[in-house]
Amino acid sequence: MNFVLIFLITIFSLSLFFYGRSKTKSIAIEKNIKLNALPKFYGYYLVLWCSIPSLVFLLIWSLFEPVIVKSIIIETAANQGAIFNDKNEANLIYEKIKAIHLGTYFGDIDNILRESALAYAKFINLFTNSKVVLIFAIVIVSVIYSLKKINKNNKARDDVEIILKGLLFVSSLIAILTTLGIIFSLLFESIKFFSVINIFDYLFGTNWSPQRAFVRDASSITAAEFEELKDAFGFIPLIAGTTFIAFIAMLVAVPIGLFSGIYMAEYASLKIRRISKPIIEILAGIPTVVYGFFAALTVGPFFRQIGENFGLTVSSESALAAGLIMGIMIIPYVSSLSDDVINSVPQSLRDGSYAIGATKSETIKKVVIPAALPGIIGSILLAVSRAIGETMIVVMAAGLAANLTINPLESTTTITTQIVMILVGDQEFDSPKTQSAFALGLTLFIATLILNYIAQRAVKKYREKYD
Amino acid sequence: MTKEQRLKKRHNAEKRFRFYGLASIFFALLFVLILVHNIFSKGSSAFMKTAINVEVFYDKDLLELEPGSSEEEILEADFFDITIESLLKVYPAKNMDEEDALIELFTTDAEIEIKKAFLNNKNLIGKKINLEITASDDIDQLHKGNYPRDLPEDRRRISNFQLEIYDVLVESKTITKNFNNYFFKNGDSRDPEIAGIGGALVGSFYSILICLLLAFPVAVLASIYLEEFAPKNKITDFIEININNLAAVPSIVYGLLALQILLATIQLPRSTPLVAGITLALMTLPRIIIPCRASLKAVPPSIREGALAVGASKFQSVFHHVVPLALPGTLSGTIIGLAQALGETAPLILIGMVAFVVDIPSTPIDPSSSLPVQVYLWSESAERGFVEKTSATIMMLLSFLIVMNFLAVYLRQKFEKRWN
Repeated sequence: MNFVLIFLITIFSLSLFFYGRSKTKSIAIEKNIKLNALPKFYGYYLVLWCSIPSLVFLLIWSLFEPVIVKSIIIETAANQGAIFNDKNEANLIYEKIKAIHLGTYFGDIDNILRESALAYAKFINLFTNSKVVLIFAIVIVSVIYSLKKINKNNKARDDVEIILKGLLFVSSLIAILTTLGIIFSLLFESIKFFSVINIFDYLFGTNWSPQRAFVRDASSITAAEFEELKDAFGFIPLIAGTTFIAFIAMLVAVPIGLFSGIYMAEYASLKIRRISKPIIEILAGIPTVVYGFFAALTVGPFFRQIGENFGLTVSSESALAAGLIMGIMIIPYVSSLSDDVINSVPQSLRDGSYAIGATKSETIKKVVIPAALPGIIGSILLAVSRAIGETMIVVMAAGLAANLTINPLESTTTITTQIVMILVGDQEFDSPKTQSAFALGLTLFIATLILNYIAQRAVKKYREKYD
Repeated sequence: MTKEQRLKKRHNAEKRFRFYGLASIFFALLFVLILVHNIFSKGSSAFMKTAINVEVFYDKDLLELEPGSSEEEILEADFFDITIESLLKVYPAKNMDEEDALIELFTTDAEIEIKKAFLNNKNLIGKKINLEITASDDIDQLHKGNYPRDLPEDRRRISNFQLEIYDVLVESKTITKNFNNYFFKNGDSRDPEIAGIGGALVGSFYSILICLLLAFPVAVLASIYLEEFAPKNKITDFIEININNLAAVPSIVYGLLALQILLATIQLPRSTPLVAGITLALMTLPRIIIPCRASLKAVPPSIREGALAVGASKFQSVFHHVVPLALPGTLSGTIIGLAQALGETAPLILIGMVAFVVDIPSTPIDPSSSLPVQVYLWSESAERGFVEKTSATIMMLLSFLIVMNFLAVYLRQKFEKRWN
């Protein structure tokens, strides 16, 4: 139905374009007046008025229709005597009713379901009909309005440009909408989570085992269950594992990234730079799932083999393997940014240092790096925020159990791994276990936001200093 | 310490420092090589499959078919008996156990293969024909040399009896390697020998297409607004801060967003390329806006002033002159953004694309997988045959990424104007 409507609107808009263009031409000739804009702008004007209001209406309608129909149907089903205890059962009944309507339901159909299916058909019909009628009404009203305008020889180009400018502005607002969407969707579930679990139990608990929290209904928890729950969502092991793996990653990425950045900025000839820079940046372009596969199937077993040779027990999902590979993934973030930062250190500083007899490396160590330090630290912080938000490498190579350990040969888990583990497969929406994933997401979002903010400030401040 | 010694020490320090830099770059290059070599050496064998030549006799009585049966009758007919009979002819088995072991050498889809051959040529009834039936993944791995045969029997998936048959087959040259069309054509399967990336390819294609259709226009319009029209005020600043932050938000957070808004609130269908495309579009948007703005910014003001001077409106100067000049940079930024989206896994896992989907999706609202998610799924599987399949999928994924990146570089170098 929607496609038919969109198609009709498109066809109608196109024909209005040609109509508007020729119509204004003929008006101009007939009345012998000078048009206020080129004829094609009158065409555009009609097209915009015909399509935008109706399409926006259609979009909003399609977003809200399923939700409204669902709540109405569930209510009517309840009025007819359908029994459901929570949201999931209500959803199930709704899906059944929908399937009966579509003729794809093969279970037993009792009276309540049949009646509800009929009601559903009625509502769908009503909604579709009113949608079509309303859209036609909107199209007719806006087309009549715009036709009147062009008959009066309005300044069509200015009007078209104002509408288009509005469109441009709306597109740029999508970034704000996305941010709001993220914040609300994370907050919404997190608040539910923190209404069951005390925020301090979450922040300072040292035990993470959400699989224990198979509580179906948050409102009817017994005291024993509550104690159990309180103990299951401790954030400390996760943040410890996350920072630990990120730390190993930075041990790899910072020296290698920094040295290659310095080399490319200060030593490399144009030719070497032109070849090596893109190759290092390949590392950032490889999908993380590929690194994860490599870490889990090659590096992990390799470390285990080496460990066995030295008589060490190395877990095949070790923090070391995950951290090492993550570090390699992050090298280009450190190297490119520090390369840029070092390049923007003014040449006069270097020349001054050379003039008093310093070698190149002394100049770099004593002059260039101190001058570029805020920028370099900014780039390292950005890399840290990459590392703690990275998901696939740790999911595949770092293990699932939450151990509090600082032994890099054991397996640890991270925030992102736990989010994936909790949300993979079927989840019930109202259990604290599912909600805890959103609380973790919120924590992660805030942490990366703070890191990025500080890093961007540092880089910006530094840039201003030398611009 | 004399002056000369000090100088020598300082020069040595200089050399060391330089060496560290070179070594770091070398290490990064070395890692790229190791990774690529590792993937290619594991994955290249997946493009071939092992097949065993079997003589099939389409017995009229066993099939209960007449010459000239309709397509429907054939589809309904039971090919199980002639399948077993044909497979057992490969090697003399003495008892039930040995018969089972013999049949285990072949793929579980042997019956379907025999049926398909018949559907292609309906005149085969009552005739004999030699067919190449796909071998089971254990035999496949053994034949490709990925499976050690010198393990003790109880630790091996292939019994001594099966090895004996295998050796006879190799000697008589009835076991062959063919091009693995299943790998490209089939959907996912629990059996490695018939599992393919067909479904994942189509799923990825739809997701990226939807991502492109949504993200590209919005990103271009948004960057035009911010670069050319936006007044310098609080709202514009706020939008800019938002875009920069969104570009750095971990991808998994977009998965949570999609789960809550697209699946739970708007109730779009789970595991579908539609939801994946929208999620990836939201994620890619800021990453496209940033290069788009840079390429708009690179167009010198003289172009705009020239247009304005001959009487163009602000809009005309932007859309007739600035945008076409910035287009190559915009396009290459978009392609690089899409390449990142193509390799993105975590948000897709959260929206349920890890579901086991056998069918190849025909529309964007069918459940489906995608290439990176397929890599994740197969890498978690225990069967040895999936290791080469995973590596081969990575090879496909990487080659798409390489093509896209080259296209982006080419577009930029070929069409971008230098202004100084």
